[in-house]
Amino acid sequence: MRFLLFASRNQKEILRDPLNLAFGIGFPLVVLLLLSTIQANIPVSLFEIEKLAPGIAVFGLSFISLFSGTLIAKDRSSSLMMRLFASPLTASDFILGYALPLFPMAIMQSVVCFIVSFFLGLPMNVNVMLALLVLVPTALLFIGIGLLAGSIFTDKQVGGICGALLTNLSAWLSGTWFDVNLVGGSFKTIAYLLPFVHAVNAGKAAIAGDYELIFPDLWWVIGYALGILIIAIFVFKKKMNKDAV
Amino acid sequence: MIAIQTIRLTKQYKDKIAVDALDLSIDQGELFALLGVNGAGKTTTIKMLSCLTTPTSGDAVLLGDSILSNPKAVKEKINLSPQETAVADNLTVKENLELIAGIYGCDKKTAQRNAAEMISAFDLAEVANMKVKTASGGMQRRLSIAMALISDPQILFLDEPTLGLDVSARRELWSVIKKLKGKITIILTTHYMEEAEKLSDRIGIMAKGRMKAVGTSAELISRTKTNTFEDAFIVLTSEAEVSK
Repeated sequence: MRFLLFASRNQKEILRDPLNLAFGIGFPLVVLLLLSTIQANIPVSLFEIEKLAPGIAVFGLSFISLFSGTLIAKDRSSSLMMRLFASPLTASDFILGYALPLFPMAIMQSVVCFIVSFFLGLPMNVNVMLALLVLVPTALLFIGIGLLAGSIFTDKQVGGICGALLTNLSAWLSGTWFDVNLVGGSFKTIAYLLPFVHAVNAGKAAIAGDYELIFPDLWWVIGYALGILIIAIFVFKKKMNKDAV
Repeated sequence: MIAIQTIRLTKQYKDKIAVDALDLSIDQGELFALLGVNGAGKTTTIKMLSCLTTPTSGDAVLLGDSILSNPKAVKEKINLSPQETAVADNLTVKENLELIAGIYGCDKKTAQRNAAEMISAFDLAEVANMKVKTASGGMQRRLSIAMALISDPQILFLDEPTLGLDVSARRELWSVIKKLKGKITIILTTHYMEEAEKLSDRIGIMAKGRMKAVGTSAELISRTKTNTFEDAFIVLTSEAEVSK
């Protein structure tokens, strides 16, 4: 169970960085509160909490990629990794050690998002629990993206790619800020080819109790999550051997 | 008993041979210093022996296990302190030690006990519960070496362990290393001649990936007909021919 020790170290490294908490939980909540305030002051229903909450939850999860990617990239460039590569830790220990602590963090992030949403008028019912479950593949997707980015890029590059590009992509192309159908054209086509809008739609369907609408969208997310995780594990193992040289 | 035996151990990167057919035998409990100018092949040798990089050809047997056929068994017996301080920044000194102890198979209680012993042996008590990134460079270096020892390795690789330390910290570390002599097999790389002379049983001098000479400092001085070990080193590293 060496991976558990390594996972515990990784969890501490992430949670003890105040910037991670600020961005991972604080920033999505600020956006949630801001958009809810806008909604309260306009006559049209633009940011209804039932639709906004799953979107913000997905947006918040995108920061998981930034946390894990940065940690892995930093580790790769440090002598600590050389020490760990020379230890009895195996490739599986490394992958599980990096991925496992992120999962409870992702769940906790979504839970906090929904708790704040309750205060903003989200109905407290079993559908919220279902939405949490529906977000699991999305969490895995972002964990996989973090593992992949951290294996390929430097920590500075991860900051740019996961911190700026990915969070913006997952926000703009997810239908959180606006309905992508209203934009239409290539924008809509691209959005629907990517997993983010499907993740938000699945979450919205869960919250609304439209159970039959969950899975068409969730399959997209599950497919992407599995694909990215498989690629990430392959790349991580390959880079592990190369970095050790 | 032989602890480390290399058999024509070679590492080649594209057109550069980093280590060239290294044949070396190190006894159990011996402290062997590996010297050479930058790029001589010292760190590559350590990386191959610690299973961090695969040799292009040749092999090495560490306490009966081959680095090629049984790296898992080799990794259980060794530990290393890399050239740069290798610590987890956001963990405390104590947590860093317990992490490594656990990775090498200690249960929680043993890890805690061993960590306490290392904290005491390396005079780290005042920073034990502090995050490592807040400790001084000297403290971090001491911790890095303590982390290499906490697994109670049979073979220890110390890659330039005193690099960047001030004189008193270096002396302190020397006394720790001296205490380990005879108990575990140590390969130490260094650029400090004095360090090699004072600490090692034998010294190997590498240049351009090849082992130029092996012996005690006195033997190497005598062999090169020089007055000091530093002079002997200069002569040996500038010689074109291999002299053993």
